[in-house]
Amino acid sequence: MRTHGGSHFGDRAFQWLTLLMALTVFALIALIGYELTRGSGIALRRFGWHFLVSSDWDPVNEQFGAVPFIFGTLVSSAIALLIAVPISIATAVYLTELAPLWLRQPLTMFIELLAAVPSVILGLWGIFVMVPWLREHLFPWLQKTLGFLPFFKGAIYGVSMLAGGIIIAIMIVPIITSVAREILRSVPGLQREAAYALGATRWEVTRIAVLSYAKKGLFGAVILGLGRALGETMAVTMVIGNTPQIVASLFAPGYTLASVVANEFTEATTDTYLSALFEIGLVLLGVTVLVNALAQLLLKTFAGPSVKPQH
Amino acid sequence: MAAIANNLVTAPTPPIAANATALTVRNLSVFFGDNHVLKNVSLDIAARAVTAIIGPSGCGKSTFLRALNRMHELVPEARMTGEIRLFGDDIYARNVEPVVVRRRVGMVFQKSNPFPTMSITDNVTVGLRLNGLGNRASLAERMEQSLRMAALWDEVKDRLNAPAISLSGGQQQRLCIARALAVQPEVLLMDEPASALDPLATSKIEDLILELKKDYTIVIVTHNMQQAARMSDFTAFLYLGELVEFDVTKKIFTSPAKKQTEDYVTGRFG
Amino acid sequence: MQNEEISRRTMWVPRFQPSAFSLQPFLKMTAPNHNWRKFKNALMQAVTLVCAILVVTPLVLVFYHLVKEGFSSINWAFFTQLPKPVGESGGGMANAIVGTFILLGQAAVLGVPIGVLGGVFLSEYGSSRLNWWIRFAADVLNGVPSITWGMVVYALIVVPMKGFSALAGGIVLGMMMIPLVMRTTEEVLQLVPSGYREAALALGIAKWRAIVQIVVRTALKGIVTGVLLALARVAGETAPLLFTAFGNHFWTHKLTDPIAAMPLQIFAYAISPYDDWHRLAWAGALALLLLVLFINVGVRVLTRDRFQRNV
Repeated sequence: MRTHGGSHFGDRAFQWLTLLMALTVFALIALIGYELTRGSGIALRRFGWHFLVSSDWDPVNEQFGAVPFIFGTLVSSAIALLIAVPISIATAVYLTELAPLWLRQPLTMFIELLAAVPSVILGLWGIFVMVPWLREHLFPWLQKTLGFLPFFKGAIYGVSMLAGGIIIAIMIVPIITSVAREILRSVPGLQREAAYALGATRWEVTRIAVLSYAKKGLFGAVILGLGRALGETMAVTMVIGNTPQIVASLFAPGYTLASVVANEFTEATTDTYLSALFEIGLVLLGVTVLVNALAQLLLKTFAGPSVKPQH
Repeated sequence: MAAIANNLVTAPTPPIAANATALTVRNLSVFFGDNHVLKNVSLDIAARAVTAIIGPSGCGKSTFLRALNRMHELVPEARMTGEIRLFGDDIYARNVEPVVVRRRVGMVFQKSNPFPTMSITDNVTVGLRLNGLGNRASLAERMEQSLRMAALWDEVKDRLNAPAISLSGGQQQRLCIARALAVQPEVLLMDEPASALDPLATSKIEDLILELKKDYTIVIVTHNMQQAARMSDFTAFLYLGELVEFDVTKKIFTSPAKKQTEDYVTGRFG
Repeated sequence: MQNEEISRRTMWVPRFQPSAFSLQPFLKMTAPNHNWRKFKNALMQAVTLVCAILVVTPLVLVFYHLVKEGFSSINWAFFTQLPKPVGESGGGMANAIVGTFILLGQAAVLGVPIGVLGGVFLSEYGSSRLNWWIRFAADVLNGVPSITWGMVVYALIVVPMKGFSALAGGIVLGMMMIPLVMRTTEEVLQLVPSGYREAALALGIAKWRAIVQIVVRTALKGIVTGVLLALARVAGETAPLLFTAFGNHFWTHKLTDPIAAMPLQIFAYAISPYDDWHRLAWAGALALLLLVLFINVGVRVLTRDRFQRNV
């Protein structure tokens, strides 16, 4: 009986211990929300909602508005998605459906390694290799061919919104690709067989049986990529130019929510300035948590449109 | 049932009349890697008749069926030797593509697999649209014909745009049959098409198969010997990858030539 | 016979009646759009292949430039010397390398027990509803931008302690590890066949002992893999260290002092105007990337080996 009692106590204690540890994830979310809100107290009181609609960022006169950073974050993320989504989904399709079998495993591993490259290393490469190349080659060419569009007008510095978008794209491509690959792999083989049996080519099988089945999950993968794009910090900070302005030209420098925090946090001399940066962090947190929650919901509810059980 | 079979092949003569052969299989061997799954199988499948493939699980029935429309090639490391002719055409000839073979030899699977994101209509017409038939009117006509053939039309004609997965299991399987019929294959392969269905849905599928054989050549794999006896005109018994016996169904089930066959159909092993 | 023929005709009047006896040319022919379909298939195969190449290119380029620019600066001094002041050439990153390992050690002390035990809970206890929420929270937490983590720990640790510190840096990385480790631990524990648990319980072993001694031990290699991957991930993090560990040009002897870390040093050197420092940044980036890739590749080779033996 004693040993029973003992093991019972042990079981209870262990279960409670593990539960407590599991619950830390909620505690961490609460902690992040709490600390950021507390930190932005002064700014919240002083600027209120005005913070979200004002485009002044003037630390000397203590005027702070988040609009240029929200603008920069949205534009750079949009550029990144525009580049990354088609390439990633196509690559995932190639990896699961079209590539020769011997190539799939090594290529997948290579892309997973790309996902492991630290942001700061990509940023370093961005500053010294990519930006000069963009300045000397791609941007002048774009200006020559598409210069009639407002996006491609103006002086070319190299560091720019477009450079930021491109570096974010490089960062999120491996993430979207691997999640999309998992999604495509989870499409039942029976679906593919049904299409093959109708005399479909490989691509037609992919189109009618695989992609349409996986639509929702692929959307989830894209949203997950968006979440990463919005919060990407180091690499962007290193190539985007860090100038709070709202202009149409993608060749002009920009600034994002994450990079203003990274750049100015340790230089923030007054409490209001620091508090404004905290509020920037709060905005960033709100947006990324929403986007990530949406992505997770899409991915978790993707068991595919269920085919009825037949018993 | 025998009478129906007789309008194709006169009973006393050897089962296969040359002019009525849909598929000629000669010395067919299939390997998956080092695994020798089918060993030197030769048989003739009669047109406009139901041929049943029976045998214990793992005997290679499904592989045999899949070799008939080159679906087994989807398995990596699959290879075959021998020859299969579809109405005289070598389906493994070098210039023949599996895509063409599969359009001529349709297939219905054990588990129904309608495309879940498509409507009932789209499921039936998808094969036609792949083949470049874009004309709305003729698509609609073919869809109705196929659904009627699959004995599903009356049940779904009021909700053709409903998603395919809103149908019951048995209806889904008949939808898959309609989808296969829509591209007008010459042969229809069925891999245990009723094994996942309840008895009522099963009997509907069986009636349908008897109806379809007036126009189509049907090859059906089944583990259910009553089903084979009820529906087929010819039966092939496979065991461990080898063709043990192939004959008129009645003969297989009443006076088989081989002891193994007799043991299997009487339930003494398998 | 005749009647039967008629009834069949009324039921089904196909235009191209399939018939064994009079085969219509339509059936023998390939469909008229056959070549177009073949072309489309080949085209999509080529397009997706090009996309896959585009995805792989950045990693190849980054690695190429890292080796080209950084390899010559990786020498004995790089691993053994402190950074030299501006103007003096030479010097190394010894303190940053040691600093990174100190930070990782602290992170592991905080993140591994919480993450592993939480993963045990998710896999072995709880209700499906509660666990769904914990998983969801952990996945959302994984998407929180790293820069916001830095702000939180700044407010939580740095402000009360009145200074940047190695401790704060370790804590922020540890917090980021928790959800990562939790999810991978859960996944590998669920790969353990339930028969092991039942067998242990049937022997009269208490559940918690069965979990610790049988389940966790069986999955230990997978858990270690997950921990190593999480460490590799946080090893490259820069943004959260900017205002926690802060960086240091000297050796750090107390955890309450700021500490150098490789990613911080790379960032600081990369955005500096000095060629000497740029060279060190490249060398540091090469070393950091090799560390991260070494862990990733090693872990993958090990786990693949494990799966092959099991299958």
